[in-house]
Amino acid sequence: MPKLSTLFRLGVFLVLLAFLLQPQWFEPLLRPLVQANAPVIYNQGSLLQLTLLHLRTVAIAVSAAAMVALALAILVTRESGAEFLPLSRSLVNIGQTFPPVAVLALAVPIFGFGEKPTLIALFLYGLLPIFENALTGLTTLPPSVMEAARGAGMTGGQRLLKVELPLAMPVILAGIRLSVVISLATATIGSTVAAKTLGEVIIAGLQSNNLAFVVQGGLIVATLAVLLHDGLQAAERKLAARMGR
Amino acid sequence: MIEIKNITKRYGETAVVDDVSLTIAPRTVTVVVGTSGSGKTTLLRMINRLVEPTSGTIRLDGEDNRSLPGYELRRRIGYAIQGHGLFPHRTVAQNIATVPTLLGWERARIDAKVDELLQLFQLDPADFGPRFPHELSGGQQQRVGVARALAAEPKVLLMDEPFGALDPIIRAKAQDDLLAIQKHFETTVILVTHDMEEAFQLADRIAVMDKGKVVQYATPAEMLIKPATPFVESLIGVSERPYRLLAIEPVLSAVEPGSADGTAISSTLSQREALAELLWSGRSALPVADPAGAIIGKVSLEGLAKRAAGPV
Ligand SMILES: Nc1ncnc2c1ncn2[C@@H]1O[C@H](COP(=O)(O)OP(=O)(O)O)[C@@H](O)[C@H]1O
Ligand SMILES: [Mg+2]
Repeated sequence: MPKLSTLFRLGVFLVLLAFLLQPQWFEPLLRPLVQANAPVIYNQGSLLQLTLLHLRTVAIAVSAAAMVALALAILVTRESGAEFLPLSRSLVNIGQTFPPVAVLALAVPIFGFGEKPTLIALFLYGLLPIFENALTGLTTLPPSVMEAARGAGMTGGQRLLKVELPLAMPVILAGIRLSVVISLATATIGSTVAAKTLGEVIIAGLQSNNLAFVVQGGLIVATLAVLLHDGLQAAERKLAARMGR
Repeated sequence: MIEIKNITKRYGETAVVDDVSLTIAPRTVTVVVGTSGSGKTTLLRMINRLVEPTSGTIRLDGEDNRSLPGYELRRRIGYAIQGHGLFPHRTVAQNIATVPTLLGWERARIDAKVDELLQLFQLDPADFGPRFPHELSGGQQQRVGVARALAAEPKVLLMDEPFGALDPIIRAKAQDDLLAIQKHFETTVILVTHDMEEAFQLADRIAVMDKGKVVQYATPAEMLIKPATPFVESLIGVSERPYRLLAIEPVLSAVEPGSADGTAISSTLSQREALAELLWSGRSALPVADPAGAIIGKVSLEGLAKRAAGPV
Protein backbone atom coordinates (compact mmCIF):
# COMPACT_ATOMS: atom_id res chain seq x y z
CA MET A 1 0.00 0.00 0.00
CA PRO A 2 1.41 3.39 -0.97
CA LYS A 3 2.03 5.79 1.88
CA LEU A 4 -0.29 8.73 2.51
CA SER A 5 2.45 11.21 1.58
CA THR A 6 2.94 9.46 -1.76
CA LEU A 7 -0.78 9.72 -2.49
CA PHE A 8 -0.70 13.40 -1.54
CA ARG A 9 2.16 14.08 -3.96
CA LEU A 10 0.35 12.22 -6.71
CA GLY A 11 -2.73 14.36 -6.02
CA VAL A 12 -0.72 17.58 -6.23
CA PHE A 13 0.80 16.42 -9.50
CA LEU A 14 -2.62 15.60 -10.99
CA VAL A 15 -4.02 18.99 -9.97
CA LEU A 16 -1.06 20.70 -11.62
CA LEU A 17 -1.51 18.62 -14.77
CA ALA A 18 -5.23 19.44 -14.86
CA PHE A 19 -4.50 23.12 -14.46
CA LEU A 20 -1.99 23.12 -17.31
CA LEU A 21 -4.23 21.14 -19.66
CA GLN A 22 -7.66 22.58 -18.73
CA PRO A 23 -7.03 25.93 -16.99
CA GLN A 24 -10.62 27.09 -17.56
CA TRP A 25 -11.80 24.48 -15.04
CA PHE A 26 -10.16 26.60 -12.35
CA GLU A 27 -11.63 29.90 -13.49
CA PRO A 28 -14.25 30.11 -10.70
CA LEU A 29 -11.50 29.76 -8.08
CA LEU A 30 -9.43 32.63 -9.46
CA ARG A 31 -12.33 34.87 -10.49
CA PRO A 32 -12.49 36.76 -7.14
CA LEU A 33 -8.91 37.99 -7.70
CA VAL A 34 -9.65 40.13 -10.75
CA GLN A 35 -11.86 43.10 -11.60
CA ALA A 36 -14.91 42.44 -13.69
CA ASN A 37 -14.25 41.90 -17.42
CA ALA A 38 -10.52 41.25 -16.93
CA PRO A 39 -9.28 37.85 -18.16
CA VAL A 40 -8.87 35.30 -15.35
CA ILE A 41 -6.70 32.72 -17.09
CA TYR A 42 -3.48 33.79 -18.79
CA ASN A 43 -4.39 34.48 -22.39
CA GLN A 44 -1.16 35.55 -24.09
CA GLY A 45 0.14 32.04 -24.65
CA SER A 46 -0.25 28.44 -23.53
CA LEU A 47 0.49 27.79 -19.85
CA LEU A 48 1.53 24.24 -20.69
CA GLN A 49 4.00 25.41 -23.30
CA LEU A 50 5.48 28.03 -20.98
CA THR A 51 5.82 25.43 -18.23
CA LEU A 52 7.65 23.05 -20.56
CA LEU A 53 9.96 25.82 -21.74
CA HIS A 54 10.57 26.86 -18.15
CA LEU A 55 11.49 23.27 -17.23
CA ARG A 56 13.66 22.94 -20.31
CA THR A 57 15.64 26.07 -19.39
CA VAL A 58 16.15 24.77 -15.86
CA ALA A 59 17.10 21.29 -17.10
CA ILE A 60 19.71 22.60 -19.54
CA ALA A 61 21.22 25.01 -17.02
CA VAL A 62 21.33 22.53 -14.12
CA SER A 63 22.71 19.68 -16.26
CA ALA A 64 25.50 21.91 -17.49
CA ALA A 65 26.15 23.20 -13.97
CA ALA A 66 26.14 19.65 -12.59
CA MET A 67 28.64 18.45 -15.18
CA VAL A 68 31.02 21.35 -14.68
CA ALA A 69 30.70 21.40 -10.88
CA LEU A 70 31.17 17.64 -10.60
CA ALA A 71 34.15 17.66 -12.96
CA LEU A 72 35.71 20.47 -10.92
CA ALA A 73 35.03 18.70 -7.64
CA ILE A 74 36.57 15.48 -8.95
CA LEU A 75 39.57 17.37 -10.29
CA VAL A 76 40.37 19.21 -7.07
CA THR A 77 39.89 16.13 -4.89
CA ARG A 78 42.51 14.16 -6.86
CA GLU A 79 46.01 14.23 -5.41
CA SER A 80 47.31 16.08 -8.48
CA GLY A 81 44.59 18.75 -8.38
CA ALA A 82 44.61 19.57 -4.68
CA GLU A 83 46.40 22.88 -5.20
CA PHE A 84 43.44 24.18 -7.21
CA LEU A 85 40.99 23.58 -4.39
CA PRO A 86 41.06 27.14 -2.94
CA LEU A 87 41.01 28.74 -6.40
CA SER A 88 38.01 26.80 -7.68
CA ARG A 89 36.18 27.44 -4.42
CA SER A 90 36.54 31.18 -4.77
CA LEU A 91 35.63 31.12 -8.47
CA VAL A 92 32.37 29.37 -7.74
CA ASN A 93 31.76 31.68 -4.78
CA ILE A 94 32.09 34.73 -7.03
CA GLY A 95 29.36 33.28 -9.23
CA GLN A 96 27.15 33.21 -6.19
CA THR A 97 27.80 36.74 -4.93
CA PHE A 98 26.44 38.24 -8.17
CA PRO A 99 22.70 38.73 -7.86
CA PRO A 100 20.87 37.01 -10.74
CA VAL A 101 19.57 40.32 -12.01
CA ALA A 102 23.11 41.65 -12.30
CA VAL A 103 24.20 38.58 -14.28
CA LEU A 104 21.26 39.09 -16.62
CA ALA A 105 22.05 42.77 -17.02
CA LEU A 106 25.68 42.00 -17.86
CA ALA A 107 24.85 39.10 -20.16
CA VAL A 108 22.29 40.91 -22.30
CA PRO A 109 24.73 43.29 -24.04
CA ILE A 110 26.96 40.31 -24.83
CA PHE A 111 24.43 37.64 -25.78
CA GLY A 112 21.37 39.72 -26.62
CA PHE A 113 17.86 39.19 -25.34
CA GLY A 114 16.27 35.77 -25.00
CA GLU A 115 17.20 32.45 -23.44
CA LYS A 116 20.99 32.74 -23.50
CA PRO A 117 21.54 35.29 -20.71
CA THR A 118 19.01 33.41 -18.58
CA LEU A 119 20.81 30.11 -19.12
CA ILE A 120 24.09 31.70 -18.16
CA ALA A 121 22.66 33.19 -14.98
CA LEU A 122 21.06 29.89 -13.99
CA PHE A 123 24.22 27.98 -14.83
CA LEU A 124 26.35 30.23 -12.62
CA TYR A 125 23.80 30.02 -9.87
CA GLY A 126 23.57 26.26 -10.08
CA LEU A 127 27.32 25.68 -9.77
CA LEU A 128 27.94 26.43 -6.13
CA PRO A 129 25.50 24.11 -4.35
CA ILE A 130 26.51 21.17 -6.54
CA PHE A 131 30.21 21.91 -6.25
CA GLU A 132 30.07 22.38 -2.49
CA ASN A 133 28.10 19.19 -1.96
CA ALA A 134 30.23 17.14 -4.33
CA LEU A 135 33.29 18.40 -2.48
CA THR A 136 31.79 17.47 0.88
CA GLY A 137 30.77 14.05 -0.43
CA LEU A 138 34.15 13.29 -1.95
CA THR A 139 36.24 14.50 1.00
CA THR A 140 34.30 12.88 3.85
CA LEU A 141 34.41 9.26 2.67
CA PRO A 142 35.15 6.73 5.45
CA PRO A 143 38.97 6.40 5.58
CA SER A 144 38.85 2.64 6.20
CA VAL A 145 36.75 2.14 3.05
CA MET A 146 39.16 4.19 0.95
CA GLU A 147 42.09 2.28 2.45
CA ALA A 148 40.40 -1.01 1.58
CA ALA A 149 39.78 0.16 -2.00
CA ARG A 150 43.46 1.00 -2.45
CA GLY A 151 44.53 -2.16 -0.66
CA ALA A 152 42.39 -4.29 -2.97
CA GLY A 153 44.34 -2.97 -5.95
CA MET A 154 41.85 -0.56 -7.50
CA THR A 155 43.37 2.07 -9.76
CA GLY A 156 42.56 5.73 -9.20
CA GLY A 157 39.83 5.64 -11.85
CA GLN A 158 38.30 2.47 -10.44
CA ARG A 159 38.22 3.94 -6.96
CA LEU A 160 36.47 7.05 -8.29
CA LEU A 161 33.83 5.18 -10.30
CA LYS A 162 33.25 2.16 -8.10
CA VAL A 163 33.63 3.61 -4.63
CA GLU A 164 33.92 7.38 -4.31
CA LEU A 165 31.12 8.54 -6.62
CA PRO A 166 28.58 5.90 -5.50
CA LEU A 167 29.28 6.68 -1.86
CA ALA A 168 29.12 10.44 -2.39
CA MET A 169 26.03 10.22 -4.60
CA PRO A 170 23.38 11.01 -1.97
CA VAL A 171 25.23 14.21 -1.02
CA ILE A 172 25.81 15.14 -4.66
CA LEU A 173 22.12 14.62 -5.41
CA ALA A 174 21.24 16.92 -2.52
CA GLY A 175 23.34 19.62 -4.20
CA ILE A 176 21.58 19.06 -7.52
CA ARG A 177 18.25 19.28 -5.75
CA LEU A 178 19.14 22.65 -4.22
CA SER A 179 20.33 23.85 -7.58
CA VAL A 180 17.08 22.76 -9.29
CA VAL A 181 14.94 24.59 -6.76
CA ILE A 182 17.00 27.79 -6.99
CA SER A 183 16.93 27.64 -10.79
CA LEU A 184 13.17 27.09 -10.95
CA ALA A 185 12.65 30.30 -9.00
CA THR A 186 15.40 32.30 -10.71
CA ALA A 187 14.23 31.35 -14.20
CA THR A 188 11.12 33.50 -13.74
CA ILE A 189 13.36 36.57 -13.78
CA GLY A 190 14.55 35.47 -17.22
CA SER A 191 11.31 36.77 -18.66
CA THR A 192 12.53 40.33 -18.04
CA VAL A 193 15.05 39.73 -20.83
CA ALA A 194 12.50 37.96 -23.02
CA ALA A 195 13.26 34.34 -22.18
CA LYS A 196 10.19 32.16 -22.53
CA THR A 197 9.48 31.07 -18.95
CA LEU A 198 6.62 31.20 -16.50
CA GLY A 199 7.94 34.61 -15.46
CA GLU A 200 5.94 35.94 -18.46
CA VAL A 201 2.72 35.12 -16.70
CA ILE A 202 3.74 36.90 -13.52
CA ILE A 203 5.11 39.95 -15.37
CA ALA A 204 1.98 40.19 -17.49
CA GLY A 205 -0.06 40.12 -14.28
CA LEU A 206 2.03 42.83 -12.70
CA GLN A 207 1.83 45.05 -15.79
CA SER A 208 -1.95 44.78 -16.19
CA ASN A 209 -2.61 44.74 -12.45
CA ASN A 210 -4.08 41.22 -12.79
CA LEU A 211 -3.61 39.34 -9.50
CA ALA A 212 -4.94 36.06 -10.94
CA PHE A 213 -2.07 35.96 -13.48
CA VAL A 214 0.49 36.57 -10.75
CA VAL A 215 -1.00 33.88 -8.55
CA GLN A 216 -1.23 31.23 -11.25
CA GLY A 217 2.31 31.86 -12.49
CA GLY A 218 3.66 31.80 -8.94
CA LEU A 219 1.73 28.70 -7.96
CA ILE A 220 2.88 26.68 -10.96
CA VAL A 221 6.52 27.52 -10.22
CA ALA A 222 6.10 26.74 -6.52
CA THR A 223 4.35 23.42 -7.19
CA LEU A 224 7.04 22.36 -9.67
CA ALA A 225 9.68 23.22 -7.07
CA VAL A 226 7.97 21.20 -4.35
CA LEU A 227 7.42 18.16 -6.56
CA LEU A 228 10.98 18.09 -7.92
CA HIS A 229 12.43 18.71 -4.47
CA ASP A 230 10.43 15.81 -3.07
CA GLY A 231 11.24 13.44 -5.89
CA LEU A 232 14.97 14.05 -5.69
CA GLN A 233 14.94 13.81 -1.93
CA ALA A 234 13.21 10.44 -2.14
CA ALA A 235 15.95 9.24 -4.50
CA GLU A 236 18.64 10.43 -2.07
CA ARG A 237 16.99 8.66 0.85
CA LYS A 238 16.72 5.45 -1.09
CA LEU A 239 20.40 5.52 -2.00
CA ALA A 240 21.46 6.39 1.53
CA ALA A 241 19.26 3.71 3.10
CA ARG A 242 20.88 1.03 0.98
CA MET A 243 24.20 1.98 2.52
CA GLY A 244 22.76 1.80 5.99
CA ARG A 245 22.86 5.52 6.75
CA MET B 1 59.27 -16.07 1.22
CA ILE B 2 59.31 -12.37 2.04
CA GLU B 3 62.66 -10.65 2.34
CA ILE B 4 62.63 -7.21 3.85
CA LYS B 5 66.08 -5.62 3.52
CA ASN B 6 67.21 -2.43 5.24
CA ILE B 7 63.85 -0.80 4.76
CA THR B 8 63.53 2.80 5.97
CA LYS B 9 60.65 5.26 5.79
CA ARG B 10 61.18 8.90 6.69
CA TYR B 11 58.57 11.57 7.08
CA GLY B 12 60.62 14.75 7.12
CA GLU B 13 63.47 14.21 9.54
CA THR B 14 62.01 11.31 11.55
CA ALA B 15 62.49 7.73 10.46
CA VAL B 16 59.20 6.05 11.43
CA VAL B 17 60.59 2.75 10.14
CA ASP B 18 64.33 2.63 10.63
CA ASP B 19 66.54 0.17 8.75
CA VAL B 20 64.37 -2.89 9.29
CA SER B 21 65.38 -6.30 7.92
CA LEU B 22 63.21 -9.40 8.29
CA THR B 23 62.96 -12.67 6.43
CA ILE B 24 59.60 -14.34 6.63
CA ALA B 25 59.23 -18.01 5.80
CA PRO B 26 56.36 -19.09 3.55
CA ARG B 27 53.21 -20.55 5.13
CA THR B 28 53.95 -19.06 8.55
CA VAL B 29 52.28 -16.48 10.75
CA THR B 30 54.46 -13.53 11.67
CA VAL B 31 53.12 -11.06 14.18
CA VAL B 32 54.49 -7.53 14.42
CA VAL B 33 53.92 -6.05 17.87
CA GLY B 34 54.86 -2.79 19.49
CA THR B 35 53.39 0.25 21.16
CA SER B 36 51.24 2.67 19.22
CA GLY B 37 53.28 4.81 16.85
CA SER B 38 56.21 2.39 16.69
CA GLY B 39 55.88 2.06 12.90
CA LYS B 40 54.04 -1.27 12.58
CA THR B 41 51.39 -0.06 10.14
CA THR B 42 53.95 1.78 8.04
CA LEU B 43 56.11 -1.35 7.80
CA LEU B 44 53.12 -3.45 6.76
CA ARG B 45 51.95 -0.92 4.18
CA MET B 46 55.37 -0.87 2.55
CA ILE B 47 54.99 -4.56 1.71
CA ASN B 48 52.02 -3.89 -0.60
CA ARG B 49 53.33 -0.39 -1.41
CA LEU B 50 50.50 1.60 0.03
CA VAL B 51 53.54 3.43 1.39
CA GLU B 52 56.70 3.74 -0.70
CA PRO B 53 59.89 3.25 1.33
CA THR B 54 62.57 5.94 1.47
CA SER B 55 65.22 3.25 1.03
CA GLY B 56 65.65 -0.51 1.12
CA THR B 57 64.04 -3.36 -0.78
CA ILE B 58 61.27 -5.87 -0.27
CA ARG B 59 61.27 -9.11 -2.23
CA LEU B 60 58.37 -11.53 -2.54
CA ASP B 61 59.54 -14.98 -3.63
CA GLY B 62 62.71 -13.36 -4.90
CA GLU B 63 60.90 -10.71 -6.95
CA ASP B 64 61.29 -7.03 -6.07
CA ASN B 65 57.87 -5.67 -5.13
CA ARG B 66 58.52 -2.66 -7.35
CA SER B 67 58.76 -4.81 -10.48
CA LEU B 68 55.06 -4.30 -11.24
CA PRO B 69 52.61 -1.41 -10.79
CA GLY B 70 51.39 -0.92 -7.23
CA TYR B 71 47.76 -1.73 -8.00
CA GLU B 72 48.72 -5.03 -9.67
CA LEU B 73 50.94 -5.93 -6.73
CA ARG B 74 48.07 -5.25 -4.32
CA ARG B 75 45.70 -7.53 -6.23
CA ARG B 76 48.12 -10.37 -5.44
CA ILE B 77 48.40 -9.58 -1.74
CA GLY B 78 45.50 -9.90 0.67
CA TYR B 79 44.89 -6.92 2.91
CA ALA B 80 42.57 -6.83 5.91
CA ILE B 81 42.30 -3.87 8.26
CA GLN B 82 40.76 -2.85 11.54
CA GLY B 83 37.17 -1.76 11.09
CA HIS B 84 37.03 -4.12 8.06
CA GLY B 85 36.52 -1.28 5.48
CA LEU B 86 33.72 -3.11 3.67
CA PHE B 87 32.12 -1.16 0.81
CA PRO B 88 28.79 -0.05 2.30
CA HIS B 89 27.06 0.24 -1.09
CA ARG B 90 27.89 -3.30 -2.16
CA THR B 91 26.49 -6.60 -0.97
CA VAL B 92 28.56 -9.09 0.98
CA ALA B 93 28.98 -11.22 -2.16
CA GLN B 94 30.05 -8.19 -4.22
CA ASN B 95 32.47 -7.16 -1.49
CA ILE B 96 34.13 -10.55 -1.44
CA ALA B 97 34.24 -10.58 -5.25
CA THR B 98 36.18 -7.28 -5.37
CA VAL B 99 39.66 -8.51 -6.31
CA PRO B 100 38.54 -11.45 -8.52
CA THR B 101 36.39 -8.96 -10.44
CA LEU B 102 39.35 -6.60 -10.84
CA LEU B 103 41.37 -9.55 -12.11
CA GLY B 104 38.68 -10.37 -14.66
CA TRP B 105 37.76 -13.83 -13.43
CA GLU B 106 34.78 -15.49 -15.08
CA ARG B 107 31.42 -15.04 -13.39
CA ALA B 108 31.03 -18.72 -12.48
CA ARG B 109 34.47 -18.91 -10.92
CA ILE B 110 33.81 -15.79 -8.87
CA ASP B 111 30.45 -17.09 -7.63
CA ALA B 112 31.98 -20.42 -6.65
CA LYS B 113 34.79 -18.69 -4.76
CA VAL B 114 32.38 -16.40 -2.91
CA ASP B 115 30.28 -19.38 -1.84
CA GLU B 116 33.33 -21.35 -0.75
CA LEU B 117 34.64 -18.50 1.38
CA LEU B 118 31.28 -17.71 2.97
CA GLN B 119 30.92 -21.35 3.94
CA LEU B 120 34.45 -21.48 5.26
CA PHE B 121 33.62 -18.52 7.50
CA GLN B 122 30.38 -20.17 8.63
CA LEU B 123 28.09 -17.73 6.84
CA ASP B 124 25.28 -19.24 4.77
CA PRO B 125 25.83 -17.95 1.20
CA ALA B 126 22.11 -17.77 0.37
CA ASP B 127 21.39 -15.76 3.50
CA PHE B 128 24.46 -13.54 3.78
CA GLY B 129 25.58 -13.11 0.15
CA PRO B 130 22.84 -10.62 -0.78
CA ARG B 131 23.02 -8.64 2.47
CA PHE B 132 24.59 -5.22 2.79
CA PRO B 133 27.43 -4.79 5.31
CA HIS B 134 25.30 -2.77 7.73
CA GLU B 135 23.01 -5.79 8.04
CA LEU B 136 25.78 -7.84 9.71
CA SER B 137 27.11 -8.00 13.26
CA GLY B 138 30.61 -6.74 14.00
CA GLY B 139 32.04 -10.25 14.05
CA GLN B 140 30.37 -11.12 10.74
CA GLN B 141 31.65 -7.92 9.12
CA GLN B 142 35.15 -8.77 10.25
CA ARG B 143 34.88 -12.28 8.77
CA VAL B 144 33.66 -10.87 5.46
CA GLY B 145 36.60 -8.44 5.52
CA VAL B 146 39.04 -11.35 5.82
CA ALA B 147 37.11 -13.38 3.22
CA ARG B 148 37.42 -10.45 0.80
CA ALA B 149 41.16 -10.28 1.44
CA LEU B 150 41.50 -14.00 0.62
CA ALA B 151 39.19 -14.11 -2.41
CA ALA B 152 41.87 -14.06 -5.11
CA GLU B 153 43.86 -16.77 -3.31
CA PRO B 154 46.82 -14.57 -2.40
CA LYS B 155 49.97 -16.25 -1.14
CA VAL B 156 50.45 -13.40 1.32
CA LEU B 157 47.89 -11.89 3.65
CA LEU B 158 48.62 -8.62 5.46
CA MET B 159 46.44 -7.83 8.48
CA ASP B 160 46.49 -4.57 10.43
CA GLU B 161 44.87 -5.04 13.84
CA PRO B 162 42.13 -7.06 12.16
CA PHE B 163 40.48 -8.06 15.44
CA GLY B 164 40.91 -4.74 17.21
CA ALA B 165 37.23 -3.84 17.14
CA LEU B 166 35.91 -7.20 18.38
CA ASP B 167 34.85 -8.12 21.90
CA PRO B 168 37.01 -10.74 23.68
CA ILE B 169 34.90 -13.85 23.00
CA ILE B 170 34.36 -13.17 19.30
CA ARG B 171 37.97 -12.17 19.08
CA ALA B 172 39.23 -15.49 20.41
CA LYS B 173 37.05 -17.31 17.90
CA ALA B 174 38.26 -15.09 15.05
CA GLN B 175 41.86 -15.88 16.01
CA ASP B 176 41.19 -19.63 15.97
CA ASP B 177 39.42 -19.32 12.61
CA LEU B 178 42.34 -17.37 11.18
CA LEU B 179 44.80 -20.11 12.12
CA ALA B 180 42.54 -22.79 10.61
CA ILE B 181 42.13 -20.84 7.38
CA GLN B 182 45.83 -20.01 7.22
CA LYS B 183 46.57 -23.75 7.33
CA HIS B 184 43.81 -24.50 4.82
CA PHE B 185 45.09 -22.08 2.15
CA GLU B 186 48.76 -22.27 3.26
CA THR B 187 48.87 -18.49 3.32
CA THR B 188 51.81 -16.49 4.62
CA VAL B 189 50.28 -14.14 7.18
CA ILE B 190 51.82 -10.96 8.52
CA LEU B 191 49.68 -9.51 11.27
CA VAL B 192 50.10 -6.27 13.16
CA THR B 193 48.81 -5.90 16.69
CA HIS B 194 49.59 -4.07 19.90
CA ASP B 195 48.19 -6.96 21.92
CA MET B 196 50.93 -9.28 23.23
CA GLU B 197 48.38 -11.95 24.14
CA GLU B 198 47.23 -12.04 20.52
CA ALA B 199 50.83 -12.22 19.33
CA PHE B 200 51.60 -15.26 21.45
CA GLN B 201 48.33 -16.88 20.46
CA LEU B 202 48.94 -16.60 16.71
CA ALA B 203 52.61 -16.25 15.95
CA ASP B 204 55.18 -18.64 14.59
CA ARG B 205 57.55 -15.71 14.90
CA ILE B 206 57.15 -12.36 16.58
CA ALA B 207 58.82 -9.09 15.54
CA VAL B 208 58.84 -6.50 18.28
CA MET B 209 59.05 -2.89 17.08
CA ASP B 210 60.13 0.08 19.15
CA LYS B 211 60.54 3.59 17.71
CA GLY B 212 60.81 2.35 14.14
CA LYS B 213 63.30 -0.42 14.83
CA VAL B 214 62.77 -4.15 15.14
CA VAL B 215 64.36 -4.87 18.50
CA GLN B 216 63.74 -8.61 18.47
CA TYR B 217 62.59 -11.10 15.86
CA ALA B 218 62.20 -14.58 17.32
CA THR B 219 59.86 -17.45 18.08
CA PRO B 220 57.58 -16.91 21.06
CA ALA B 221 59.58 -19.35 23.18
CA GLU B 222 62.90 -17.71 22.39
CA MET B 223 61.44 -14.33 23.16
CA LEU B 224 60.19 -15.50 26.56
CA ILE B 225 63.41 -17.15 27.56
CA LYS B 226 65.74 -14.51 26.16
CA PRO B 227 64.09 -11.14 25.71
CA ALA B 228 66.53 -8.99 23.75
CA THR B 229 65.92 -5.72 25.59
CA PRO B 230 64.20 -4.50 28.74
CA PHE B 231 61.51 -3.10 26.43
CA VAL B 232 60.69 -6.58 25.10
CA GLU B 233 60.68 -7.89 28.65
CA SER B 234 58.22 -5.23 29.78
CA LEU B 235 56.04 -5.84 26.74
CA ILE B 236 55.80 -9.53 27.59
CA GLY B 237 54.94 -8.65 31.16
CA VAL B 238 57.17 -10.11 33.86
CA SER B 239 54.27 -11.66 35.78
CA GLU B 240 52.89 -13.28 32.62
CA ARG B 241 56.08 -15.10 31.59
CA PRO B 242 55.52 -18.54 33.15
CA TYR B 243 51.96 -18.70 31.86
CA ARG B 244 52.91 -17.61 28.35
CA LEU B 245 55.63 -20.27 28.34
CA LEU B 246 53.09 -22.94 29.23
CA ALA B 247 50.56 -21.53 26.75
CA ILE B 248 52.89 -22.14 23.80
CA GLU B 249 53.26 -25.91 24.29
CA PRO B 250 50.59 -28.62 24.16
CA VAL B 251 49.91 -31.00 27.04
CA LEU B 252 51.29 -33.78 24.86
CA SER B 253 54.89 -32.65 25.43
CA ALA B 254 54.39 -32.58 29.24
CA VAL B 255 52.95 -36.09 29.58
CA GLU B 256 54.63 -38.21 32.22
CA PRO B 257 54.28 -41.97 32.62
CA GLY B 258 51.96 -43.16 35.32
CA SER B 259 48.33 -42.82 36.22
CA ALA B 260 46.21 -40.34 38.12
CA ASP B 261 42.65 -39.96 39.33
CA GLY B 262 40.12 -37.49 37.98
CA THR B 263 38.71 -36.40 34.63
CA ALA B 264 41.19 -36.83 31.78
CA ILE B 265 42.65 -33.77 30.00
CA SER B 266 43.00 -33.76 26.21
CA SER B 267 46.60 -33.90 25.02
CA THR B 268 45.91 -31.16 22.46
CA LEU B 269 45.11 -28.48 25.04
CA SER B 270 47.87 -26.06 26.01
CA GLN B 271 49.86 -26.68 29.17
CA ARG B 272 48.46 -23.46 30.57
CA GLU B 273 44.96 -24.88 30.28
CA ALA B 274 46.15 -28.07 31.98
CA LEU B 275 47.62 -26.01 34.82
CA ALA B 276 44.33 -24.17 35.23
CA GLU B 277 42.49 -27.49 35.31
CA LEU B 278 44.88 -28.91 37.96
CA LEU B 279 44.58 -25.83 40.16
CA TRP B 280 40.81 -25.70 39.83
CA SER B 281 40.30 -29.41 40.57
CA GLY B 282 42.66 -29.23 43.56
CA ARG B 283 44.64 -32.29 42.41
CA SER B 284 48.37 -32.63 41.97
CA ALA B 285 48.04 -34.74 38.80
CA LEU B 286 45.42 -35.60 36.17
CA PRO B 287 45.26 -38.32 33.48
CA VAL B 288 45.87 -37.29 29.86
CA ALA B 289 43.87 -38.64 26.92
CA ASP B 290 44.90 -38.57 23.25
CA PRO B 291 42.41 -37.27 20.67
CA ALA B 292 40.99 -40.79 20.30
CA GLY B 293 40.25 -40.88 24.04
CA ALA B 294 42.89 -43.38 25.14
CA ILE B 295 44.74 -42.55 28.37
CA ILE B 296 48.42 -41.98 27.54
CA GLY B 297 49.78 -40.94 30.93
CA LYS B 298 49.45 -38.08 33.39
CA VAL B 299 50.29 -34.41 33.77
CA SER B 300 51.38 -33.12 37.16
CA LEU B 301 51.64 -29.77 38.95
CA GLU B 302 55.24 -30.52 39.70
CA GLY B 303 56.04 -31.28 36.05
CA LEU B 304 54.33 -28.14 34.81
CA ALA B 305 56.05 -26.02 37.45
CA LYS B 306 59.41 -27.17 36.13
CA ARG B 307 58.41 -26.32 32.57
CA ALA B 308 57.18 -22.89 33.60
CA ALA B 309 60.49 -21.97 35.18
CA GLY B 310 62.68 -19.56 33.24
CA PRO B 311 66.40 -20.10 32.56
CA VAL B 312 68.53 -19.82 35.69
N1 LIG C 1 51.68 9.94 6.19
C1 LIG C 1 52.36 10.26 7.31
N2 LIG C 1 52.95 11.46 7.45
C2 LIG C 1 53.64 11.78 8.56
N3 LIG C 1 53.80 10.96 9.61
C3 LIG C 1 53.24 9.75 9.55
C4 LIG C 1 52.48 9.33 8.40
N4 LIG C 1 52.03 8.07 8.61
C5 LIG C 1 52.49 7.73 9.84
N5 LIG C 1 53.20 8.73 10.40
C6 LIG C 1 53.84 8.69 11.72
O1 LIG C 1 54.66 7.57 11.78
C7 LIG C 1 54.63 6.98 13.06
C8 LIG C 1 54.33 5.51 12.97
O2 LIG C 1 53.00 5.34 12.53
P1 LIG C 1 52.36 3.90 12.33
O3 LIG C 1 53.18 3.13 11.39
O4 LIG C 1 50.94 4.11 11.98
O5 LIG C 1 52.48 3.29 13.80
P2 LIG C 1 51.71 2.08 14.48
O6 LIG C 1 50.95 1.35 13.43
O7 LIG C 1 52.78 1.25 15.10
O8 LIG C 1 50.83 2.67 15.53
C9 LIG C 1 53.62 7.76 13.88
O9 LIG C 1 54.31 8.64 14.73
C10 LIG C 1 52.85 8.51 12.84
O10 LIG C 1 52.40 9.72 13.35
MG1 LIG D 1 48.85 1.01 13.30
